[in-house]
Amino acid sequence: MSFSVMGNEPGSKRIKASLFVTCLVDLFFPQVGESVVRVLRRLGVDVDFPNEQTCCGQPAFNSGYTDDARALAERFVGVFSGDSRDTYIVSPSGSCASMVKVFYEELFKNDPALCDALSKVSSRVYEFSSFLTDVLGVEDVGASYDGVVTYHDSCHLLRELGISEAPRRLIKSVSGVKFIEAEMHDECCGFGGTFSVKHPEVSVSMLDEKLTHIGKSGADTLVSTDMGCLMQIGGAVSRRELPIRVMHLAELLAS
Amino acid sequence: MPSHTFQIDFKRSSKVAVADKKLKRALVSATDRFRAQRSLAVEGTQEWEEIKTRAREIKEHVIDNLDFYLEKLEESITKAGGVVHWARDGEEAANIITAIAAERGVKSVVKSKSMATEEIELNNAFERNGIKVVETDLGEYIIQLAGERPSHILAPAIHKTRDDISKLFSRKLGVPYYEEPEELTGIARDKLREEFLNADMGVSGVNFAVPETGTIVVVENEGNACLCTTLPRVHVALMGMEKVVPRFEDLSIFLNLLIKSATGQKLSTYVSFITGPKNILDNDGPEEFHLVILDNGRSKILADEVTRQSLYCLRCGACLNVCPVYRQVGGHAYGGVYSGPIGAIIMPQLMDLKGVYELPYASSLCGACKEVCPVNIDFPKVLLKLRSDFVKGREKGRRPGLSERMAIKLWRYAMEHRRLYEFISRIAYFAQMPFVERKGRRNGHGRIGSLPFPFSNWTRDRDFPAVAKKTFRNRWRELENENGDSEDKL
Repeated sequence: MSFSVMGNEPGSKRIKASLFVTCLVDLFFPQVGESVVRVLRRLGVDVDFPNEQTCCGQPAFNSGYTDDARALAERFVGVFSGDSRDTYIVSPSGSCASMVKVFYEELFKNDPALCDALSKVSSRVYEFSSFLTDVLGVEDVGASYDGVVTYHDSCHLLRELGISEAPRRLIKSVSGVKFIEAEMHDECCGFGGTFSVKHPEVSVSMLDEKLTHIGKSGADTLVSTDMGCLMQIGGAVSRRELPIRVMHLAELLAS
Repeated sequence: MPSHTFQIDFKRSSKVAVADKKLKRALVSATDRFRAQRSLAVEGTQEWEEIKTRAREIKEHVIDNLDFYLEKLEESITKAGGVVHWARDGEEAANIITAIAAERGVKSVVKSKSMATEEIELNNAFERNGIKVVETDLGEYIIQLAGERPSHILAPAIHKTRDDISKLFSRKLGVPYYEEPEELTGIARDKLREEFLNADMGVSGVNFAVPETGTIVVVENEGNACLCTTLPRVHVALMGMEKVVPRFEDLSIFLNLLIKSATGQKLSTYVSFITGPKNILDNDGPEEFHLVILDNGRSKILADEVTRQSLYCLRCGACLNVCPVYRQVGGHAYGGVYSGPIGAIIMPQLMDLKGVYELPYASSLCGACKEVCPVNIDFPKVLLKLRSDFVKGREKGRRPGLSERMAIKLWRYAMEHRRLYEFISRIAYFAQMPFVERKGRRNGHGRIGSLPFPFSNWTRDRDFPAVAKKTFRNRWRELENENGDSEDKL
């Protein structure tokens, strides 16, 4: 099978990836991190986990605490600067990946040395789905799943990193999956980090609309690429006991 | 004299708004329609992105050289026989306009739609001076009758249903309860026709001003602005000082962008190009033309490298229509004159009001606004800058509360010390136990249905995931050892 021989031809170097697992996955959804590891290994990637990593600083940054965010950003760059230059950094979150790839620059703009260190790290950062399609060149990872799946575009993956096709191609290639688009699949679910607790009523009103569209789509499974969105959507699905499975793309691909 | 009557409390008013089902239906139907019309128009335009980029470049150039262009505009307008006035703030602008009216014995004013006049609360100023003022844009007319403020840049009465308007008309105008939009429009038309004929002065806004020729451009669909600017003997136009495009030929791309982004039309029904008052060759038109150029905080925006782009805004309203927050709460929840994403970025910069610095937090940072903006305003970046300014207390000592600041400091300290982070995660794991329900989740995962404040803001409507018994980093120790075997397993 093509997926098991990636990078294993005689003479070719194995692809190396450091997992930037994100604090949400580490603390609340370790099975998602595990799925990422399994999928990557199945595709012949050497996976490592730099143990010193904690949070990329996004909650502070998004709340306006730029100095605190900068401290964590510096720390992040330090932790991942330890990798060899040919090691990719893979994250199961478009939001956390865009924090590093897009927003760190703003934090470091008055410090050329940090900018330099950042560019060496951020150019190696890939969100999980785009790493599979763009770096490994894989769409069919050999997974199978019996269900009707719809995909929620997480805002930062879609609009900061411009990625919408990669996850869809990966989902559609899973054997047994029937893929359908929900209406307004690119509308925010209402999570928005601290927004979800600063303005809970507005956040939940946005979520209600999202759930209505997912419900109407006829899907039995909702897949996305960010645990922030999935915590939001999943939190209501579980509270209201809706008949929808909510999972991260990595979990689907590991199945 | 009070300079503002705005009251901004997004937290409270958004809560009220989301509970209003009728408002929600009105907002969804209107914004869906606007979204669809805009998408269709944009898809049908070749090189839309290139046009946007070009417009952005022109706006950057204009704003960087605004002093030059504004002086040139004054020169051109003066040459065309008009008078230019400069207003540092809203109060000064309102005083200038009411003085023009008073000096000419104006008793009745007709007004076309203008957000700048809303910003300076011009109608209040007229009324204080005993001058009658009538809004002539249908939406604005409705809002004026209802004694409200516009809730959308483009569609001021977007929050009103047809039934609301029927009731309002029959109550305020003494007409029967008409249900059909045609009938309602007909009534407004009859009433407004009288006002146009009786008015001594017309007030309009300005969509674009061209220094090259001294022309102001007014874009509209109802013909009311045409009448306001030509029928009465005096025409006063109010413009925010950022509304300049350098050359007449630049208008082609700006009109294209503005109108398609706003309503999805190829061109609006009326576009008026006004250069000074009536001249010797004209049969009709106003005897006097005045342009009031308004600063009101704009030069402060100009000074900030990041937020300067707020001044590129064309007031098309596209960001409101795609904003999921606006869609839930409508314009009134923002409490000021501008609402939605553009309101969240310009209100705190224009007006120093209690609660105004909460507006940049009225966003999930989803970026839909940035995506549709015809001049590529990077809304998330500006919102984040304003949040950061707020936290740093740059705005007259207003800052987030101490408890929030302390929480962030503690959180940062834990995130900077990996062992502490791990230790706290274990404490959290045990501390959460009384709250964890084990039923109904896959992967043996617990869910938390109720937590004390401030986490109750989450758990009121959503379950919260339990902290894992074994975090990923703990699982990694086992996963790492599987490494060598993984390929055999396939």
